[in-house]
Amino acid sequence: MLGAVLSALVGCGSEKADRRIKLDYWEVWSGFERDAMQTLVDEFNASQDRIYVNFLSVSQMERKLLLATAGGNPPDIAGMRSTDIALFAENGALTPLDSYAAQYGIEGENYLPAIWDLLNLHGRLWALPTTPGNSALHWNKRLFREAGLDPERPPRTIAELEAFNDQITRFNAKGEIEVLGHLPQEPGWWQDMWVYWFGGALWNGEDAITADDPRNRDALEWMATYPERFGQDKLTAFRDLSGNFASPQNPFFRGRIAMVLQGTWMYNFIQNFAPEDFEWGVAPFPSVKLEDYGVNIVETNLLVIPKGAQHPTEAFEFIAWMQQPKNLEKLNLLQRKFSPLVEVSTGFYQKHPNPHIRIYRDLAAAPKAISRPPLTTFVEYQADMINAYDAVIRQNATPEEALDAVQKRQERLFERMYNRWQKVKDTRQEEWAKVDAEVAQ
Amino acid sequence: MTGQEKYNLRMGLLFISPWLCGFILTALYPLVSSLGLSFTDYSVLSKPVFVGTDNYRDLATDELFWQSLWNTFYFAAISIPLNLGLALALAIMLNLNLPGKKYFRTIYFLPSLVPMVCLAVLWQWMLNGRLGLINAMLRPITDVLSAVLEVSISPPNWLVDPAYAKLGLVLAGMWGVGNAVVIFMAGLQDVPRALYDAADLDGCNFWQKTRHVTLPIISPVIYFNGIMGLIGSFQVFAVPYVMTDGGEGPARSLLFAATYIFNKTFRSLSMGYACAISLILFLIILALTLVATKLTKRHIHYEGK
Repeated sequence: MLGAVLSALVGCGSEKADRRIKLDYWEVWSGFERDAMQTLVDEFNASQDRIYVNFLSVSQMERKLLLATAGGNPPDIAGMRSTDIALFAENGALTPLDSYAAQYGIEGENYLPAIWDLLNLHGRLWALPTTPGNSALHWNKRLFREAGLDPERPPRTIAELEAFNDQITRFNAKGEIEVLGHLPQEPGWWQDMWVYWFGGALWNGEDAITADDPRNRDALEWMATYPERFGQDKLTAFRDLSGNFASPQNPFFRGRIAMVLQGTWMYNFIQNFAPEDFEWGVAPFPSVKLEDYGVNIVETNLLVIPKGAQHPTEAFEFIAWMQQPKNLEKLNLLQRKFSPLVEVSTGFYQKHPNPHIRIYRDLAAAPKAISRPPLTTFVEYQADMINAYDAVIRQNATPEEALDAVQKRQERLFERMYNRWQKVKDTRQEEWAKVDAEVAQ
Repeated sequence: MTGQEKYNLRMGLLFISPWLCGFILTALYPLVSSLGLSFTDYSVLSKPVFVGTDNYRDLATDELFWQSLWNTFYFAAISIPLNLGLALALAIMLNLNLPGKKYFRTIYFLPSLVPMVCLAVLWQWMLNGRLGLINAMLRPITDVLSAVLEVSISPPNWLVDPAYAKLGLVLAGMWGVGNAVVIFMAGLQDVPRALYDAADLDGCNFWQKTRHVTLPIISPVIYFNGIMGLIGSFQVFAVPYVMTDGGEGPARSLLFAATYIFNKTFRSLSMGYACAISLILFLIILALTLVATKLTKRHIHYEGK
């Protein structure tokens, strides 16, 4: 941070810096991801004699942003994750961006549809994207070869996945698992979302929770087969030896597990923690039915203007600058993600260090790309789903019982949230329309 | 009130004003405002909306709330007596005239200086089912038992098995027993030597002296440590939070009342609901403290009374 301030002072001359409008920009990133954005912010600042962006990497940002916004002293620009939009927007903590976007000619058709969906809620635009990510099957080619499988041919259905799983899984002389084909809990980052690969859903997109959908039950039954097939004790022992995700002890990097559901960021971690000769492939994660092949969960980091920001107009100028294709591509090249835009410049994929980047991008662009439900109760829904899987695996509940419990609890929470929203929505919409009209003038 | 009394009152209030201000600002005000907020729907970001007793009515049927209370009571019921007993036993031993006792005092106090987060991370590994030190110590015992009883017994996988997760947490918590030990030792120093001498003359052995001299004299200290333990156990948060990476533990076995309050506030932004839970937690701790005071009244001897 000090470095940024100093370089700005040196680069632009201190007098100039003093007279510029200073914007505070809080971001969740650290490490090379922060450095990537810093490069872009420096470029923006160098191009400006009116605005200066003060870029800060903030730990536990959502919580600090919450308190700062509640206290009426938020930053001008905040980096967020798409999963936080619903909570902040419905509570009136964000500035609607529709009029701003119109002024700069920013239109939805330029963005990948799955990503544009993440930015909009209740008929308004709340954010613009920076670095998207999505989920896919990652497999270890060496383990495929050792098991006599074609290393270039990933499984496409759950049945195939399990056939491969049986073929790859090996036990040592003591009967412990040495290599595992696949385990839903490893790393288990989307446990709440497994149902979507089984054709299920967590809500109907409108006004009802659908946790007890029979197709969701299939996902739980699938999870329950794991302890039956491999033994709960052996699976626990296997997981006890698995170190942190971001470490060389990650079982995928060590060749202890062959297939994992992972995301766009995997390249960076493979570079840092996997052995040099690590051979890996990326493909859509198998679905239960072949016609559903290609389901993937899209998320994105994005930029918002919190309500009460001091310089919203200038803040949007920076956000709009970031949305220029060349800047989005540069940021995503540095962070090794893909551009959220439909148009991609020639050479982007050639310049990109991740050889699989195009697969992620095409998955995110395809109609099977989905996102987590934009419900303010979703954090609790997520915890309930994970708990339901846990109960089924431990054989404390049948899939039906576990999902009925989730349904009951989530329905109540949903109803409460829904009723509250019905009460405040007109006021909110009026507030937003007012802000929007002021901007449009 | 005479002039002198008024003056004394003013001066008295002035001298305790730092504490009074601190208490009003950091304890009384939050308490009163959370009482008010518990009757509202409040998301922190937008204005609170009055909803009457809705939050309390929802709590009555919220299984997660009841589970978090059950977990908290379960944890407290094991942790408080165990910690109190261990601290007292250690303090009595450290009070004996043994060679190198000041080194032992330091050693037993040292773990209390470890910050909670470090303690949690450390114990995550100590309690690991395969690689943990605790199980490395237990394994020879379970191996012998297995051989003798001819059934397969293995040490528990502490933080993975819902039946053992809370016990694992109790073990980790016992590490911080040093604070209570120091308070007990201060109490033990206060036991008049004359009483021991008299007991010696009457031919008392060590246990009789402990039972009839030491324990009655330090009873106020036991009471104090007990109440502090009670409050601490009912507010347990940091260690399980870190150990579970902000989660709820296997089968929600490490979801405590304080964890639930935190999640409701900062993850779901249901501040009103969280306030209602914290108020209930406050009332529970208050009631238990009053009950403990009432029940132990006859057994606590204050000097000078």
